[in-house]
Amino acid sequence: MLPSRRLFTKGIVGLAALALTLTGCGSDDGGDEGEKKTDPKSLKAELTWWDTSDPKNEGPAFQELIKKFNAQHPNVKIDYQSVPFAEAQNKFKTAAEAKSGAPDILRAEVAWVPEFASLGYLYALEGTDLAKDQADFLPTPMSSTMFDGKTYGVPQVTDSLGMLYNKALFEKAGISEAPKSWAEVKTTAKAIKDKTDADGLFINAGGYFLLPFIYGEGGDLVDVDAKKIIVNSDQNVAGVKIAQDLVKSGAAMKPPANDAYGTMMTLFKEQKVAMIINGPWEVNNIRNAPKFGGVENLGIAPVPAGSAKAGAPVGGHDYVVWSGMPDAKADAAVAFIGFMSSAESQAFLAEELGLLPTRKSAYDLDGVKSNPIISAFKPVLDSAVARPWIPEAGKFFGPLDKMATEVLVQSKDVKKSLDTCAKQYKSEVVPNYSA
Amino acid sequence: MATNLTERDPRRPTGGRRGSPRRSSDRPGWLRRSFDRHWYAWAMVLPVVAVLGVLVFYPLLRGMWISLTNLNESNQRTEICVRTLGGGEECRPNPDAWEFVGLDNYTRILTGEVGEFWQWFWVTLIWTVVCVVFHYGIGLGLATLLNRQLRGRTIYRVLLILPWAVPAFVVAFAWRFLFNERFGVFNVVLETFGFEPVEWFADRWTSLFTAIVANIWLGVPFMMVALLGGMQAIPSELYEAAEMDGASGRQRFWNVTLPGLRPVSMTVILLGTIWTFNMFPIIYLVTGGQPAGQTEILVTGAYRAAFEGLRNYSLAATYGVIILSILLVFAVTYRRALRKQGEVW
Repeated sequence: MLPSRRLFTKGIVGLAALALTLTGCGSDDGGDEGEKKTDPKSLKAELTWWDTSDPKNEGPAFQELIKKFNAQHPNVKIDYQSVPFAEAQNKFKTAAEAKSGAPDILRAEVAWVPEFASLGYLYALEGTDLAKDQADFLPTPMSSTMFDGKTYGVPQVTDSLGMLYNKALFEKAGISEAPKSWAEVKTTAKAIKDKTDADGLFINAGGYFLLPFIYGEGGDLVDVDAKKIIVNSDQNVAGVKIAQDLVKSGAAMKPPANDAYGTMMTLFKEQKVAMIINGPWEVNNIRNAPKFGGVENLGIAPVPAGSAKAGAPVGGHDYVVWSGMPDAKADAAVAFIGFMSSAESQAFLAEELGLLPTRKSAYDLDGVKSNPIISAFKPVLDSAVARPWIPEAGKFFGPLDKMATEVLVQSKDVKKSLDTCAKQYKSEVVPNYSA
Repeated sequence: MATNLTERDPRRPTGGRRGSPRRSSDRPGWLRRSFDRHWYAWAMVLPVVAVLGVLVFYPLLRGMWISLTNLNESNQRTEICVRTLGGGEECRPNPDAWEFVGLDNYTRILTGEVGEFWQWFWVTLIWTVVCVVFHYGIGLGLATLLNRQLRGRTIYRVLLILPWAVPAFVVAFAWRFLFNERFGVFNVVLETFGFEPVEWFADRWTSLFTAIVANIWLGVPFMMVALLGGMQAIPSELYEAAEMDGASGRQRFWNVTLPGLRPVSMTVILLGTIWTFNMFPIIYLVTGGQPAGQTEILVTGAYRAAFEGLRNYSLAATYGVIILSILLVFAVTYRRALRKQGEVW
């Protein structure tokens, strides 16, 4: 599972970083109880599935699940195709528009769903079994599947940003627990810098990674209900100023303008910085880093709070069905997605890969409950904030990334940078919103 | 090509196509006569015309047409349909379907309402000029060095052409890593010698510098090979004659080599300019437009503007037409300047 934002802007770097991890072997579980259909054996179809997860790290576990699915539905053949995350969005759109070559089922990043749905590339799932037990899904990931009052997807996994920290460095600096506010972060970072030879904090210079600062002050990018651009609101200025101050005061390292994400991860894995803001998708990477000291050394906490609250953007992936799929395959597709997103399947993925389930019931299953990483991320999820799920959302981050570089790397005026951002939203992203 | 040969070859009788003035009043028309006499030539040309039409002219004209509309990914359909899995499809007319908007896209781009055309334009200009000057200068230098008898000349040639054989994106990644601010070789070397590491990508000029260095490394071999070929085509009698007249090495270079290279130089400089102008991968992958989009050139800026998120076909087409126009103006002016200097081209 990957953060949308990182790959969106730094596509290929992300891919390189991705290739770094290897799965540990998880235990096998007995959860092959899929959805109970009247007669699963009578279903006969061939379905293509584009999986955008990391083929080396995550792919095998998904293929394992397909095998389990086939034990119940022997006549549904799943044509599993691994498609690189960075390419999948454009590839799917091109194929769907050409009406040939698109997969029947796609693993779509949460922000893609409203975009694809608005273009008519997806089946609405109203009235199918897939839209039945929506109450069991966590509300924030579930909200990503809705567009224009209809459901277009089933949440596969979810994620959010949290604070990842190095326990050994904390101990060396005499700090017992993760900071809960940005002010505490500042003092903690300084203490670490003074007492160890590592730096305190690294803030990635990317728009997505500044959202916790913005949400923390109660800000957001746009107000979808009021159709208003609020990216340059006072709350946002205050929030981004906190981030800028952390860098300017030396509490946080100054990020490079290019490849800040890769630098952040390398430094963290080599124990040269004690705190980063990042998501669960990097846990495996950190676990396998030779110099980090294993997952026991990794502390996970919710993002620190601003003056209003602690909030981080929600990410993750949804299963969606291509609207060009022949109707005859509908039952098979419903059965497949139903199986893949069942609580048992999610628990299996959680144990194997550390992916966070989207079903509330999955968190009650033993394998998930006893998993220290997942239980550490549970509070992180509770502070997850839904992003504006509109088709234009894909364009929000270009201007926001620019702003992040200007503010954090070039120390430019926060208000001015955010004003430019707002102007660009108005002229290029959501022209019918008021500024 | 075929007509050129005919025109230049004095042994052939002048074809009807050129039609001398006294014949132009004859009514059965030269076209008709030419067709009667040279029907086979017309037939031979036809496939080329057809292929060009399909591959070049149709897309070009369509691009120009699209640049005059507001076509994008979401307004391209006349109706919006919602299909529900396992039942039914509802369609309703698209309330804002695409339409003809005249020159709107052009004014929006050129006034800076959308994107940052003028910034990109100046960066592109600096980028192109600097790269081509260094490509040509270094290429010429290396070609001169290699255009003499020396031991292991073939090996040098192979080694020097190597950068050309490496795919551009590999070059981009390699250089981007060399310039990495924390782990890159350059900063490590600077630090070992007691200098402050440079934040290459935090300033637009140092950032552009990294891309230019990468592109020079990539582009020199082509220039070198082309110029070396040109040099070897210069008749050795000219050098001998110059030597007889007592010309020094430097004089021979200025007065024999350089003039002899002119036809090749002019072509490779034109090609080099067009390629560098449109050199997408180096900018996109080395600097990524950093810091904050300040090293974006026209093609990368246009790509981001048009293809991030919902695709904007009309905007992309407009950028395409603008870039094409700039290069066309350049090529025409360049040719005219050369013709004035008596270059047959």
